[in-house]
Amino acid sequence: MIEFIQHTINGLALGSIYALVALGYTMVFGVLQLINFAHGDFFMIGAFAGFYFIRVAGAAQNPGILTTMMVMLAAMMGSAVIGLLVERFAYRPLRKAPRINILITAIGVSLFLEYGGQLIFGASPQFFPTILPKYALDLPGGLVLDSTQIIIFIVAVILMAILQFLVFKTQFGRSMRAISHSLETSSLIGINVNKVIMITFIISSSLAGAAGVMYGIAYPKVDPLMGLLPGLKAFVAAVLGGIGNITGALIGAAILGLSETYVAGYISSTYRDALAFFILIIVLLVRPSGILGRKRIEKV
Amino acid sequence: MKNFSFLAILFSALSLVACNKKNADTIVIGNYGSLTGTEATFGLSTRDGVQLAIDDFNAAGGLNGKKLELKVYDNQGKPEEARLSVEKLINVDRAIALIGEVASTRSLAAAPVAQQYKVPMISPSSTNPEVTKKGDFIFRTCFIDPFQGQVMAKFAINTLKLKKAAILRDNKSDYSMGLADYFTKTLLENGGTIVADEKYASGDSDFKAQLTSLKQKKPDFIFIPGYYTEVGLIARQARELGLKQPLLGGDGWDSPKLAEIGGDSLKDSYFSNHYTAEDPRPEVQEFITKYKAKYNAVPDGLAAAGYDSAQVLLAAMKVAKTLDGADLRAAIAATKDHKGVTGLITINEQRDAVKSAVVLKVDGANFKFIESVNP
Repeated sequence: MIEFIQHTINGLALGSIYALVALGYTMVFGVLQLINFAHGDFFMIGAFAGFYFIRVAGAAQNPGILTTMMVMLAAMMGSAVIGLLVERFAYRPLRKAPRINILITAIGVSLFLEYGGQLIFGASPQFFPTILPKYALDLPGGLVLDSTQIIIFIVAVILMAILQFLVFKTQFGRSMRAISHSLETSSLIGINVNKVIMITFIISSSLAGAAGVMYGIAYPKVDPLMGLLPGLKAFVAAVLGGIGNITGALIGAAILGLSETYVAGYISSTYRDALAFFILIIVLLVRPSGILGRKRIEKV
Repeated sequence: MKNFSFLAILFSALSLVACNKKNADTIVIGNYGSLTGTEATFGLSTRDGVQLAIDDFNAAGGLNGKKLELKVYDNQGKPEEARLSVEKLINVDRAIALIGEVASTRSLAAAPVAQQYKVPMISPSSTNPEVTKKGDFIFRTCFIDPFQGQVMAKFAINTLKLKKAAILRDNKSDYSMGLADYFTKTLLENGGTIVADEKYASGDSDFKAQLTSLKQKKPDFIFIPGYYTEVGLIARQARELGLKQPLLGGDGWDSPKLAEIGGDSLKDSYFSNHYTAEDPRPEVQEFITKYKAKYNAVPDGLAAAGYDSAQVLLAAMKVAKTLDGADLRAAIAATKDHKGVTGLITINEQRDAVKSAVVLKVDGANFKFIESVNP
């Protein structure tokens, strides 16, 4: 039982990182019906932005919550800039083109960031310095709660709450949801479509950037290809929850993080990465719209 | 068509000229290794060690007035790239002999190519027994895993007095899988028990699930026969989960990066290695002085192993009748009592070296010598 609870704690911490990445997939899909395959690489850019910020600012000398927040802010800004550039120069020119063109462009952007990253950051992994002091909370029964896991979980929840507020309670959120319904109609009724899409990209890529730093804190290894697998898994989480649906992305990410940890803990870690894709296949076969996804009725 | 054949002749003539010119004044020795990736320090240290030996040799006059040139290719830690590097070293650079790889998986991938072209290959530090079974042109100048596994199992039982082991092995690495098996065998023979045997895959960053399962079995120590990047991450996460047991491992731990990744978590950890910088023998201290002067760092075990493999090759080149594959092979096979940095090297019937191993304790960024074990 203790083992199960420990696995659950580990799984939820992993799941909250996936959730932040999955939210970005879902938001961009909601607005543009585009699966942004470069999203996992925004996650990587965020981790590296944080890494270099720590180096330049010497943040490893005085670790603490405040330092961590500053690093996270720097990382979010770093990946937001890349996200904006990608939107402006890769996706916007193709907005009127057939869907497949922009999808292939997304794959191209992803490869560009990964291999450009190898060129700039070097192909060998770097080690994320400790910016957050670690405390282990010993609970009864040999259960251990790690301070990093708690903080990751809390930060993820806060960021998601902010996102919920933005999407459902603000003017921007209303415009975003309108665009998600129909891009043409929204522009007809005076919504500045370009601006809203830009902001959507800023938010989604800075969430990925924050996730990158949290990943760096929890598993202190960053390399240019680090976004590949978490990106794909977050994509599966978004599809599982129902792509385009924010709550769905959270549920999907939690399920994925937990099941992955249970599989590695109880069966074999060999199947860990395969599991995500197994889930993807099952979802696509049984319920293509995901757990909370709505069926799109094509109007003729 | 006529034009085409004319061009073809022209190009082949040109390339012949280029080759001949190269062959006239230099002899090429090939080295392939992981200069980038999660095992980057393996390739870099080996390259530096080999280069040091070759520079010394050239400074002393070379081979009958001919200089040696070391050609190094990066395989990014990928077996398929290792294979390609070797093809290229043999067919394009015309290397007369090869030094590499560190990781057994990549030596195993590349060895058949060297064997096919009958170019001698010396692995400085691949310890999986299968490597030299790939053919009679494949050698190694280090001990093999049956011995290394035995060293750590006996060390745990006799020196640390610990009997209950948990193993966490890398199922993508021939080295890790082999070493774990040999360790298990000796441990069981000496009255120890294995309470858990978990797996990970190189490249993973999250090991908490496996470690949580291990923890429930209450082992006395954890044996992690892996490479330094994963070992560092595993050590951290083990401590985060409240596992305070000693961690044990093999020569894959040896890297200046280990302490950077693992930090304090590697307190109370031991691993077996090829050499220790504390060894007072003159050849060891002389090597360390030269290495420090050139690279401004204390050589790790892989640099020492690389240096030794190059020395064995160079000594063989001096006594070989010609530099043809078969003659060079015979000269390497006849290596006896070569005084290496990593110990006395004698190549046996299986083309392996029989040598002693050392057990080191991780002490901050340094590795402290604990004991030496003879085969």
